[in-house]
This record gives sequence, C-alpha cells and structure tokens, in this order.
Amino acid sequence: MIKKFIYLEWKAFIRSASFGKNLTMKIILGFLMIYFSLIFIGMGVGAFYVLKEMNLEPLVTLNKFLIYYFLGDLVIRLLLQPIPVLNIKPLLVLPLKKTTIVHFSLGKTILSFFNWIHALFFIPFTVVLILNGYDVVQIIFWHLGVMSIIYINNFLNIILSNIDKLFALFIVLIVVLGGAQYYQLFDITLFTTPFFLSFYEIDGLFLVPILVLIVLHYFTFKYFLKNLYLDAGLSVKQDVASTENLSWLNQFGTLGTFLKNDIKLIKRNKRSKTTIFMSFMFLFYGLLFYSGGIESYDKPVMHLLGGIFVSGGFLFVFGQFVPSWDSSYYQLMMTQNIPYRGYIMAKWWLIVIATVVSTILASFYLYFGWQIYLTIVVAAIYNIGVNSHLVLLGGAFTKTPIDLSNASGAFGDKKAFNVSAMLLTLPKILLPLLLYGIGLYFNNKNLGLLLVAGTGVLGFIFRDKVFSLIEKRYKIEKYSTISAYKQKS
Amino acid sequence: MIQVNQLSKKYNGTTVLNINNLEIPKGQSFGLVGNNGAGKTTFFSLLLDLIQPSTGFIKSNDIQVNTSENWKSFTGSFLDENFLIGYLTPEEYFYFIGDLRNQNKADIDALLAKHEEFFNGEILKNKKYLRDLSKGNQKKVGIIATLIGNPEVVILDEPFANLDPTTVSRLKKIIKELADDPNVTVLVSSHDLQHTVEVCSRIVALNKGEIVKDIQTSKETLQELELFFAV
Repeated sequence: MIKKFIYLEWKAFIRSASFGKNLTMKIILGFLMIYFSLIFIGMGVGAFYVLKEMNLEPLVTLNKFLIYYFLGDLVIRLLLQPIPVLNIKPLLVLPLKKTTIVHFSLGKTILSFFNWIHALFFIPFTVVLILNGYDVVQIIFWHLGVMSIIYINNFLNIILSNIDKLFALFIVLIVVLGGAQYYQLFDITLFTTPFFLSFYEIDGLFLVPILVLIVLHYFTFKYFLKNLYLDAGLSVKQDVASTENLSWLNQFGTLGTFLKNDIKLIKRNKRSKTTIFMSFMFLFYGLLFYSGGIESYDKPVMHLLGGIFVSGGFLFVFGQFVPSWDSSYYQLMMTQNIPYRGYIMAKWWLIVIATVVSTILASFYLYFGWQIYLTIVVAAIYNIGVNSHLVLLGGAFTKTPIDLSNASGAFGDKKAFNVSAMLLTLPKILLPLLLYGIGLYFNNKNLGLLLVAGTGVLGFIFRDKVFSLIEKRYKIEKYSTISAYKQKS
Repeated sequence: MIQVNQLSKKYNGTTVLNINNLEIPKGQSFGLVGNNGAGKTTFFSLLLDLIQPSTGFIKSNDIQVNTSENWKSFTGSFLDENFLIGYLTPEEYFYFIGDLRNQNKADIDALLAKHEEFFNGEILKNKKYLRDLSKGNQKKVGIIATLIGNPEVVILDEPFANLDPTTVSRLKKIIKELADDPNVTVLVSSHDLQHTVEVCSRIVALNKGEIVKDIQTSKETLQELELFFAV
C-alpha cells in the first residue's frame, strides 16, 4: 500500500505546477536548493571555528541561541509549511484504512524540506564537535535531543496551523524576548541554555524531548484521525464576508473602481496578505546595510541598494506578480469594457502609494543620519519613476496563475524564475547602482544621488509614453496569458 | 448583428471549429447545441476574443472582435466561474461590474431587486464571498451580472447546468424576456435540447466543429434534434 502512496506522491511532485515544464526553472530551482543546502552545511561546519575564533565556547554559544532558532523555525513553518491534508480527499472513499492514510500523511511531513534543511546544519556541526574532541556519545545524545525539538516543531505546526495569525504571536514573542535581552531586562537564555546544554551534560536527559515528540506524534495522529471528515479537518474554511464600500475612492472614476478591487484583493486573500507582511519585513532589511553590522554592506553603493529594497518592498513582492493576481478571473477582465490603460494605471498607483508609505515608515532610518535617509528617498524616487514601470512591463511576461487562497509560495514562487521577467529585474537594481557609481567615480556622492533621482523623475515625466508601451505589450501577450491562466495549478 | 466569416480554429493541426458562414440577426435568440467537444465554448471564446482564430473573423455589430475592443461596451457574457471574482461578495461583484459598465448603484440595485426571485434569497446579504458559494449559486450571480448595463448581446455558456429545477424555469423566463426584446441578441449554448428549444427561436447544432443543423424552432424541432443526437 505504501508503495502506491509513494507512487502518487512522486507523480504529484513531478507534475506539480511549481515544478513546471520549464527546464530553465528546474535548473534555477535546483541551484537554489543546492545553494541553500551549501549555506547550511557551511554554517554547520564553520560555526564551530568562527565561534572559537571569537573566543566563545561553541557548544554553549549555540545552545544560547537555540531558543530563538526554534521560535524562528516555528514562525517560518506556520507561515510557509503546508499541512498535508490537500490530497487526502480522493482517498477517503477508497478501500483504505483511515489509520493508513493518517500514518502516511504524517510520515510525509517528516521528509519535508522544513525538517531536513536543519539536519544539514546540525549534522556537520555535530561531526565537527566530535572531531574536536567532544565526547562522542554525549554529543550524539545532544544531537538527538535537538533534532527531536525540530520535529516537535513539525507536529506543532500541524496542530496549530488552524489558528489564524499565531505566527504573529511568536514573532512578537521573539522581538520581546530579544529586546529584553538586548536591554538586559530579562535574559531568557539564562534558563534555556542550561536546558539545551543538559542534553549534552546529563546522560539520558535527551530522552525528554524524544518522549515529548512521541507523545505529540500520538496526539497529532489522534487529532488527524478524528478530523478526517469533509466537514471537519478537511473542510475549507469559509470566511464571514464583510461588505466594504470604500466609496471615497469613487471620485477617481475607473481608477477608483480598480483600486477598490485591489484593496479587497489584498485584504481578503491569504496569499496577498502574506505579501503585505513580507513588504513590511523589507522595511527592516535596510538595518543590515545601515547599522554597519556587516562590513561588506557598509558602502555607499550598498546603501543605495538597501534603499531600493526598503522603499520598494511592496513593488518587488506584489508588483512583480501583476497581472497574475487577477489570474483567476482574467477572462472576465478581458470581456469587460475596460481600457487596459486604466487597469495598469490602477496597479501603478497602488505601487506608488505603497512606495510612498514605505518611505515614510522608513523615516526611522534618520537615526543613522540624514544622508542615509536621503539615499532611501532617492531610491524611492527611482522606484516610483522607473522600477514601477519595469515591474509592470515584466508582468506582461509572467503567466503563472496565482492561487489566491494558498499562502505558501510567496517566497520565490516559480514566477520569479520566469526568464524574461528575470531579465527585467536586472535594470531594477543594477542601473541605479551604476548611476550612483558614476557619481562616486567623480568623488561626489550627491552627484550620484542626483543622477539616480533625475532618472526617476524623467521616468515619471514620460510615464504616459511608457504606459502606451506597456499597454501594447499586454495586448500582444493577451491570448497566451489567458490560456496560461486557464491551466490551473 | 453577428457575422461569422470563414472562421476556423486549429490546435496542433486538429481543427476544433470550422464555420464558413453564419449570420445572427439582431434580436434573435440563438441556441447552440452539441456534444462535448463540439466547439460550443470555442465559438463563444472566439466571439469574446479570448482566443485567436486560425482563419477568418467574427464581426459583432460591424466591429471585428479581434481587432477592435469596442464590442465590449455592448456585450455581456458568462462562460464559467473564471468570470467571477472569488474574494468579493455578490453585491460587491455586481457593483464592480456596474462601475465598469457606467451604471450607478441605483441602477444595479434596481436590477437586483428585479431578479430577487431568481436569487431565491441565497445570494444577497448572505455574508459569503463568491468563492464560498455553491456552484449553482455562483452561476446565478454570473448570469445576472451579464445583464448589467442593458447589453445588446448576451452570451451564456451552459447556463442550465448545475441549476436546480426551480431556478432553471426561472432562468428560462429571464432568457425568454431577453429574447422578446428586439434590441437584444441572446446566444445560449447547452447540452439540454429541451431547454434550448424552449427559449431559442433558432437552433444550430455543432458536431466536431462543423455546423450540422441550422433550424428555426418549431414544434418538430425537439424531435428532430433528439433523432439527430440519438445514436
């Protein structure tokens, strides 16, 4: 029986929409996979030596941060790791034992990417520890303890995923704990470090998390079995609809109609809500560039790059996928009395508004000096004047339907790997850096900023011309877009 | 109203639709029948410029649909649930379409009030998004939305499928009303011969992309069609 299941899984995997037929995408996806794996392995190997270099006891230091590692892991899982219910429905009426179905579904999660990626870090780390003379048996005990906590997270995600917005709670928890520790009010690691360390120091204590894991697995199993009904665990949650008028947007005519619709689109779908969250996170991406924490990032050119990401978070995560957001009803759009221009224009305004809002929110970067904030503002001007157009133009080539209800996939969905769309990403980032570089070449930062801002303003002035161009592109791509959107994932 | 000229659609060398000449005069209620894969939806998709013809063209009100977009202002259509916006409530959806068709809120409210019976109390003010409605109720929304803005051409693909018996008879009433209006050309496709015969004044049967029957509806039409489709 299991063999049959595995056969189904294999088919589901190779025929899944995100795997696609596109060879380029497969290769890039493969590269990304290898890249991340290597990073994790590299961290696993390197962590020991780096910490040693810093005169820190590696194992103790790692244990100190484990609490954050696990909390962060849980947040990422809650946001992204899918729970394994989707493919169960067709199996229910077949002559299969329910327990078999549940066992298989749970077993499947054990092999999930979200689990084995951690092994890539912890296994090399453990091996390095052993090579450096730590007690073999005890370190393996520690390893088992830590890995079982990873798997505890796996099952927690399954049980907790029904609760909305729980991830936010954990994020708050991380921020509060981290903040409290940073300002030396309360240090959670004082309590957790000895706990994690005790897996290593006290023989047999690692059995505690393993025991918890077994209990949790049993509990999840029961929970799943009990909910294996169409109107229980397998039901699709229906939201209580709220009607919104947003009538203040009426004054903008057709543009307002579309804006109204876009706002509802973003507010009412899981996938697009994730986008908002992600563009909010982009706001803080700049901290890496401006705080001076990472030396290679602390250069003027990199500061501009940071500015582009800080002000353009929404542009990159939402704009990139226009018009795919409307994929499920694209045929409707194409039969309505809609000028393409109005449709694109509405999306453009949405991006512009979001960029302006991001820039205002980013004013906390003034803390790092007005020059930094000026860089962000200049980057925002460039984003509005040039990148917003490029992103819409790229949209004409993204032809992968978006399943709005699905939260996962917001990270580098395959759409991001559309070759022509990817080519359009380059000028979004490289051109402003180049312009800025010219200014720096003449030893004049402000000249660089002026060049970048000037290009942005130029783009803004000629936006009518550019829109005509984009419109033409969309019209050319219309039929292939419609047919692509019809192929539902 | 609608002229079809040397129209064909091929996919990888297979012809799925081939109509040499077809004219649908203004005000006619036109029924398209045929088995699965006969080309009904393909024809409607061509008429709505959702796919490109391999040869030939369609003119709607003297506007060639694949070169100009002006037909959109007088055409209402509903092919399938891809025409619905899942995250809107039915009311919001109607107002949205209304906005695009230059209708104000009062116009829409009047239209909805007129079709209250058709909705059977299951659509409006139900605190549900379109994506959460049943297939039949989704269809009701889509059908009424085609009527927004008094279109001169109404295109409905398989409108009777998925509807309960009461709603079917109410829908027939609506279509007949449209058919009686000399300014409105109605195009309906269906598997159901009886329903189509009842509401349409002209029936065209497609088979493997070709027109095989073209009859003005009379008492004998149903029998003739049944005989034709019987194996």
